[in-house]
Amino acid sequence: MAIDSISERNAAAARGRAAIALIGCNHRTAPVELRERVAFTPEQAVRAANELCRMGVIEEAVVVSTCNRSELYGVTSEEGESAPSAMVSYFTDFHKLSPAELNGRLYRHAGPEAVRHLFRVASGIDSMLLGEAEILGQVREAYNRALENGSTGPVLNRLFQGALEVGKRVRAETEIGARPMSVALAGVKLAERVFGELKGHSALIVGAGAVAEQVVEHLRLRGIGELRVVNRSLARAEELARRMGGQAGDWSNFESLLDQPDIIVTSVSGSEHVLTRMLLERAMAARSGRAIFVIDLGVPRNVDPDAEGLYNVYLFNIDHLGEIVEQNKKAREAELPRVETIVDEHVTKFLAWQSSLEAAGLLDAFRARLEAERRALLAAHFANADGITESERARFEQLTEELIDRIVQLPSQRLRNARKLRRPLEGLAALRDFFGLDPSDREDES
Amino acid sequence: MKLSMDFAALGLYVASFIGYTANLYRDRRWIGRVATLLMILGLVAHYYALLERSRVIHAIPYNDLYGSMSLFAWLVGVTYLGLETFHRQRAVGSLVVPFVIFWLALAMSVAPTAVIRAPQANGALFALHITIGILAYAAFAISFLLSLIYLVQNRVLRHGKPGLAFWRFPALDVLERMSLSSVWVGLVALVIGTVLGFVWEHRLAHRFAMADPKVLVTLIVLVIYAAYLLIVRAPAWRGARAALVCVCNFAVVLFSYTIVNLYFTNFHRYF
Repeated sequence: MAIDSISERNAAAARGRAAIALIGCNHRTAPVELRERVAFTPEQAVRAANELCRMGVIEEAVVVSTCNRSELYGVTSEEGESAPSAMVSYFTDFHKLSPAELNGRLYRHAGPEAVRHLFRVASGIDSMLLGEAEILGQVREAYNRALENGSTGPVLNRLFQGALEVGKRVRAETEIGARPMSVALAGVKLAERVFGELKGHSALIVGAGAVAEQVVEHLRLRGIGELRVVNRSLARAEELARRMGGQAGDWSNFESLLDQPDIIVTSVSGSEHVLTRMLLERAMAARSGRAIFVIDLGVPRNVDPDAEGLYNVYLFNIDHLGEIVEQNKKAREAELPRVETIVDEHVTKFLAWQSSLEAAGLLDAFRARLEAERRALLAAHFANADGITESERARFEQLTEELIDRIVQLPSQRLRNARKLRRPLEGLAALRDFFGLDPSDREDES
Repeated sequence: MKLSMDFAALGLYVASFIGYTANLYRDRRWIGRVATLLMILGLVAHYYALLERSRVIHAIPYNDLYGSMSLFAWLVGVTYLGLETFHRQRAVGSLVVPFVIFWLALAMSVAPTAVIRAPQANGALFALHITIGILAYAAFAISFLLSLIYLVQNRVLRHGKPGLAFWRFPALDVLERMSLSSVWVGLVALVIGTVLGFVWEHRLAHRFAMADPKVLVTLIVLVIYAAYLLIVRAPAWRGARAALVCVCNFAVVLFSYTIVNLYFTNFHRYF
C-alpha cells in the first residue's frame, strides 16, 4: 500500500512504531446507570482528547460517546500496557469514579482488535439494535469533532475514514439495516405498505403509552396529516395532544371520530374491547370502505379480534408486530457473515496501510542513519588525508551518496509495491531493533 | 428472416430484468436507473426488429403469430415504461419485464411466416385499428400483473411472513392506482381501436359485422373493464375484490386474444 503523503511519512518516521489503543464500555459491559455516568458531552469529548494528548498519554485521540457506549481511541508510540492503563486512569478520574466501580466494565483493545472493534461499531453490528443506522452518523460526528479540534493525526484519520467507508459499504451491500426492528416502526412501515406516503392521511391515537408515543413520533416524521388524541379523561387527552402535537377529542364522541382516520393506534388499559367489530363496521360504512389500519398496542387487546376479518380493515396487535420484528431480527442476523467479511477486508487493508506507514518510517530512519555514518566516515578520512583535491572529495561524496541510494533502492521499491502484498509487513519492530534505528539506541551509543 | 435484432432485444430485456431484480433487493437508485436504461435500449432494439419485419411485409407486423406476439410484447414494454415514469415506481419491473421476455421469446420460437394478406387489409385506418387494439391488450396485461401483485401483497400483509420483496414493492394504494391508470389506457385504446375498426369496415363494405365473435367478445371486454372502473370506487369492492375482478377480466382478454382469434373469427386472425 502506498504512503499517501509526505507529512504522513514524516510523522511515521518521527514516531517509529504507532500502536492503536482503545478503552471503553458499552451496553454489553455496563448497565445504563453506569453508561449515563461515563457519557461524554461534545465539549467534554474535545476536552478529554486535548488533555490526553497534552499529557503525553497518547499522540492522537478521538472520543466516541453515544447512549450505548463511551470509548477512547488513541495512538501511542509504544506498544504495551502503559498507555492503555493511563487512558483507563484518565477515564476513571474524568468521570470521578472509583476503579472498583469500573472493575470488569471496561474493555481494552489494541492494534488489529481495536481496528476491528471500530469497524464493527461503524457497521452497526456492535449496536444494541443490530444494524441500526444512527451509529454511523455518531461515529462521523465524533471524528469530525476531533478533526476540527486537531486531536487526530495520520493514523486515526485513516482509521476513522476507513470506519466510515465500512459503514457505508455495509449498508449499501448488505440488508443489515433494511427492515424495521422496533414494534412502533414496524407498525408504521406496515401502514405505509397500505397507504404509500402517509402525508395527507390522518391518525387517531386512543389512550397513551410509551410505544404509542413512539408510533406517533414515526408518524410525524413521515408527515402525517391530522392527528387526534382521545382518552377517557379529557384533561389527559388534552395533555397528550399538546405533547404529541395533535388535537384532543372527546371520549363521548369516540364513535363519530372513527369515520375520519386512516390509522388508529390504541393503547388503553382495561379488559373490554374499545374497538368492537360493530364499531369498525359502522366506521367502514361511514368512510365508504376506504382502508383503515389499526395498531392495537393494548394488553389485553383493545380491538375485538373478530374485526380482523372485516374487509379493508388491517388489524395488527402487539404480538403480530412482535413476530414481524423477530423475523426481521433473524433476517438481519443472517446478514452478519457478509458484514463480517466486509469488516475483515477493511481491517486487512488498514493493517497493510499501517505497516507500510511504519515501513516508510523505518526506511527513512535507516537512510538517515546511513547518511550520518557516511558523513562521519568521510569527515574522518578527509581530515587525515593530505593531497586530496576538491574534485576528488566531490567524487567521493558522489560515490558514497550513490551507494546509499542503491542500498535503499530495493526496499523502497518493495514498499511502493506493498499494495500488492495485501498483508501487513511483519517483523518491522525486529528490523528496527536489529539496525539500531530507535532514538533510544542512538542515545545509548552517544 | 434474421432475428438478430430480436435476440439483441431479448438480451437487453434479460439484462434489464436482472437490473430490476437487483434493484428490488438492493434498493439502489443507480441500479434502478441502469435497469430502466436497459429496458429503453431493449425497446429500441425491439422496435428495429419490428421495423425490419415491416419492411419485408410492407405493413405493420401483425399479420402472423410472430408479428402479433412480438408487437404485443413491445407494447407491454412501452406501456410499462410509461407507467414507471408516471408513477415513479420501478419495483414492479422485476415482474413485468419477464412477461415481455416471455411473449417475445414465444414470438421468436414460432418464427415469422410468409404473410398472405387480404388486399383490403391495407391503409392507415386499418393499421391504427390493429395497433391500438393490441395496445389495449398490453395495457390490460399490465393491469392484470399489477392486480396480481396487489393480491399477493395483501395476502402477505394479512397472513404471511413479509420477506424483503414485500417491503420493496409499492404500497397497495399505489398498486391500485397504477392498475387503474393501466386500465384507463387499455379502455380508451380499446374504444378508439374498436371505433376505427367499425369505420374501416363501414368504408369497405358499408356494414357493421356485429355478429363476428371477435366483435362480441371485444364489447364484453369493454363492459367488464368499464365495470371494473366503477367498482374500484365502490365501498364494498375497492381493494382486493377489485383487484380480483381485474385479474378475472384478463382471462376474458386472453380468451379473446387466443381462442377467439384462432378458432372463432375469420378476419381477426392474430389480433
